[in-house]
Amino acid sequence: MVGEINIEKVSKSFINADGGVVNALNEIDLNVKAGSFISLIGPSGCGKTTLLRAIAGLNLADSGAVYLDGELVKGPGHDRGFAFQQANLYPWLSIEKNISFGLKARGVYKQKKEDVKEYIEMVGLKGFENSYPHQLSGGMNQRASLARALVGHPKVLLLDEPLGALDAFTRMNMQDEILRIWKEQQMTMIMVTHDVDEAVYMSDQVVIMTPRPAKIEQVIDIELGRPRSRGSNDFLKYRTKILEILNYAGENREPEYYL
Amino acid sequence: MLLKQTKRLSVIASLIFAILIQVLIPNSTIQPQAQAPYFTYFLFIVGVIFVAFYGYSFLNKKAADKLEEKGPLFAGGALLLTIINLVCSKFSLLPVLFFPSLDRVFGVFVNDLPLIIECILSSGKLLIIGFAVGAILGFTTGILIGFNKKIAYWVNPFTKIIGPIPATSWSPLVLSLFSTSYQAAVFMIALSVWFPITVMTSNGIQNVQQTYFEVADTLGAGKLCKIFKVGIPAALPSVFLGFFYATTGSFVTLVTAEMFGCKSGIGWYLNWQKSMMLYANVYAGLILLAVLCNFIITLLFKFKDKVLGWQKGVIKW
Repeated sequence: MVGEINIEKVSKSFINADGGVVNALNEIDLNVKAGSFISLIGPSGCGKTTLLRAIAGLNLADSGAVYLDGELVKGPGHDRGFAFQQANLYPWLSIEKNISFGLKARGVYKQKKEDVKEYIEMVGLKGFENSYPHQLSGGMNQRASLARALVGHPKVLLLDEPLGALDAFTRMNMQDEILRIWKEQQMTMIMVTHDVDEAVYMSDQVVIMTPRPAKIEQVIDIELGRPRSRGSNDFLKYRTKILEILNYAGENREPEYYL
Repeated sequence: MLLKQTKRLSVIASLIFAILIQVLIPNSTIQPQAQAPYFTYFLFIVGVIFVAFYGYSFLNKKAADKLEEKGPLFAGGALLLTIINLVCSKFSLLPVLFFPSLDRVFGVFVNDLPLIIECILSSGKLLIIGFAVGAILGFTTGILIGFNKKIAYWVNPFTKIIGPIPATSWSPLVLSLFSTSYQAAVFMIALSVWFPITVMTSNGIQNVQQTYFEVADTLGAGKLCKIFKVGIPAALPSVFLGFFYATTGSFVTLVTAEMFGCKSGIGWYLNWQKSMMLYANVYAGLILLAVLCNFIITLLFKFKDKVLGWQKGVIKW
């Protein structure tokens, strides 16, 4: 199986509006096994999106390196699909043309025409091939955007809170659909999320990141069978554990009043 | 139902009223007489068209809705013409030299028809050549500025200095520099078209969401693909605005250039008729300009709807 990611001592800093240096990533080490599903979770400013973009090659690290199957990542490439927070479909292209954009850009569309059809069906957009993004709902657009990222058969799919903009029900459906695709395609998926439930529900491993300095606090293996139940005791235990590490469990806080 | 029918019939009623006024009240004796009652002809032609359309509206729901929506507006238009008719032709309340009777204004389109057609063709040719030159140069400059920072650094000052100068203010210079006034006119029209298209194209490209390019990056697109398949399509709404400004600007330049330099075209016609004190012809020329400019801009928007159907309402026409 392919799609193993090795992150070695990756650091990245930005200069903010006041001219100060912000350490977005501080010597991050992480190994992602091929074919696994990993979530990066943490409060805003912990560098999870920066890390994801470093893997994608959209922002290169200041120091350290990212390897995909042993090869150094030097920039963006179609072997790492990326699903953005917004669907970011091209509004001037139909759904079908949006999805086939990457194949055409790489000049392999003729050989892979069938794939486009297959992925349109896989994300449930059959019959909407010729619609334009503004004619479809946010959830449908997000599905099309997933199909666009998947159709080139990337080794790794990077998901930057792709479900953040969706309502709760569409979101849960999409989580299952992503898991189904993950299982079918046997690819590595790395997802950034704010949502602890989503992370526990979907991942093999949850990587908890904390800000100031931006680093990996802990990596938790989720040892639950699939499909998972969102209400089971074990599920809730993982959830509480993660919240505790993030200091959101509320146990260490002083009570505001006594009975 | 009654209201709907009233709206649909309002044009015809208004036209009948206009015809009655035109036929029953004699023209003022101070007004020079036209060769024929051309305004009456005009009213009859329009009347026949609307009666036919009214009949058609019983067969076609779309036509009925259209007539209902626009009927009162056209009725108002006919009423306005009737008022002008009364003020100018019938009672000569305004100086007859500057406010000719409608018969004479409409007569121009009949009596001067060959010359007018010649003028339309000449203006059209000049506009198309000037516009094409300006648009090609403007679009190219805009793309180069939009995508290349170095080019932007060196070219932007030129755009900023030359662009805002009204193109027609070059006329004293270019009329002597170019061997013919026609070339000078082409130059000025091209210049007036070049500026808005350059600015709006480069602006459009610079304002394309960064994520559109990032999406292309992660899909394995190359540099050229990003320019032609992402940057330019994404910038098209802005480019269209540039074309719109350029079109209105080119009309100004066209007419002014023809008034001062050329020996043909609608601008020349207007100026020439004015110098002969034939104000009926001047009005006819203005009406002609209004119709033509409207027609061109309508075409532009039709084209936009086709190409930019995915993008709703930059400006409405």
